Amino acid sequence: MVDELTPSELRVRARLSRGAFQLDVDFSVPPGITILFGPSGAGKSTLLDCIAGLVVPNDGEISIGAKELYSSQRAINFAPQQRQLGYLFQSAALFPHLTAKQNIEYGIAHFSPADRNIVLVELLRLFRIETLASRKPAELSGGEAQRVALARALVTNPKALLLDEPLSGLDAELKSSIIADLRAWNAAHQIPILYVTHDRPEVDALGERVITLDKGQIVQQGIPREVLDAPRKESLALASGFENILEGIVREIRLEDGIMRVALNGSASIEVPLGHNKPGDPVRIAIRAGDILLALERPKGLSARNILQGTIQSLEQRSVTIICKVAAGANFEVHVTLSAARALSLRAGSQIWLVLKTYSCHLVS
Amino acid sequence: MTELLLSFRLAFLVTAILLVLATPLAYWLAFSKFRAKFLVEAIVALPLILPPTVLGFYLLVAMGPRGPFGKLWLALFGHTLAFTFTGLVIASVFYSLPFCVQPLVASFERIDPKLLAASRVLGANSWRTFRTIILPLSVPGVITALVLTFAHTIGEFGVVLMVGGNLPGTTRTVSISIYDHVQSIEYAEANQLALTLLAISFVLLVLVYGLNRRVGVRWLTN
Repeated sequence: MVDELTPSELRVRARLSRGAFQLDVDFSVPPGITILFGPSGAGKSTLLDCIAGLVVPNDGEISIGAKELYSSQRAINFAPQQRQLGYLFQSAALFPHLTAKQNIEYGIAHFSPADRNIVLVELLRLFRIETLASRKPAELSGGEAQRVALARALVTNPKALLLDEPLSGLDAELKSSIIADLRAWNAAHQIPILYVTHDRPEVDALGERVITLDKGQIVQQGIPREVLDAPRKESLALASGFENILEGIVREIRLEDGIMRVALNGSASIEVPLGHNKPGDPVRIAIRAGDILLALERPKGLSARNILQGTIQSLEQRSVTIICKVAAGANFEVHVTLSAARALSLRAGSQIWLVLKTYSCHLVS
Repeated sequence: MTELLLSFRLAFLVTAILLVLATPLAYWLAFSKFRAKFLVEAIVALPLILPPTVLGFYLLVAMGPRGPFGKLWLALFGHTLAFTFTGLVIASVFYSLPFCVQPLVASFERIDPKLLAASRVLGANSWRTFRTIILPLSVPGVITALVLTFAHTIGEFGVVLMVGGNLPGTTRTVSISIYDHVQSIEYAEANQLALTLLAISFVLLVLVYGLNRRVGVRWLTN
């Protein structure tokens, strides 16, 4: 039996239609953190609500290990309070009239006071919230509230944990310390954790597995670098930090070289990896602004296949990055460091060469 | 003073009965996904806009010896409900229903749905969620509902006159009594009752607002 081999895997197959929105997914989450990534409106929260039992799909099956939580075929549908899941909302959703300690104890009210105390002391220590126990949610900072909410979600020893953008709005340092504490907890418990985010740096920080969702469908699954560095959908490309989405027409296919030439809307043409296209097909190409090199003169002896001449349209400083808009047959956004911009003495109106590796150009649909 | 005591006895009873009846009704109105819910909402709100005499008239007909409810009551207890204190209580429950239900619905609906979802996911059933989350967070709404129901029942006139008539010690409430005194040009007596009612109402409201200051009776103010 598969169930015995992977006792705590979360398996989800769900279909739900709500007006124009269609959710149709089939995936499994092994123990550890799996990221559910996608643009807003992709259906990430709805999917978590289905797993938690707050929303009932039209059909499908949801199970953890051997335990079925929902099955349309067998008419199984456990209520949220019977599913033994942890669910952490973006807003923390702490009960405002209860103290942090009372919030955490809410899920184990049926324990004896002694047992309750054992669990409580351990979680308070693990999430470093001992000193906050007697405070009301209104007296907690955003990070403190999420730590308390996380402890509250884990107090019941859930069979799986659902996290809906739990750390958005917190600074990077706070985020990574909370994630480290969650990992420490899960090292001992080994439950599947489904972590929803639309924040690319968060994906890189968590990064074991990622599932990308768009318009209610799973687009890709795999490890974050593979999936998010080669996005197959434009909306996902934008969400995962591809500043340049260029439109063009396939002009030439060179099967033996594994590349094709694409004429951009404008005068330039570039070499990109081979896709399932024929000459004449319209295509979209995603390029990270940080993957484009700038040169003052036409470079020679480079392996990079795409060298385009252009004019700097504008320069804008954002923290230590210079955002450079270049017209080179098409409009490109290029990110360079402050020191690089200074060394090249970039200014609006000056002539510039863009250098692009073939494999930095990603076909998206 | 019998009129005053009668009015207060009526108001206390009606408030207590409505708290028990209106809470589940308000819960249903706030959280049910039933499509024809608006019909129930309309029925509950009816006493707000209906002239008290219209409501009183139909209640009187229903409670009379030929009305369905009156017949049943007659068979069970040997007398009809019309012109009795019990009849007055039943009529007042109908008349004051929206004043109890609406503030409760408003405060139940104001609770963040994520809190209710969190409670359920943490293993609490609907009853525990109601007791430990919804009710404590609705205290201002509950107090508003009680005060409005109580005050509205004390002040009713038309329905009392239609259903209860004017029987001293049984159905002659303080507002009827004030009207009687004015009819008989006994302004001093009318003033004595009116002033007492005014003072008691004021003290009651001051107490409620004072106790509720920290949370605020939002429904009354917006």
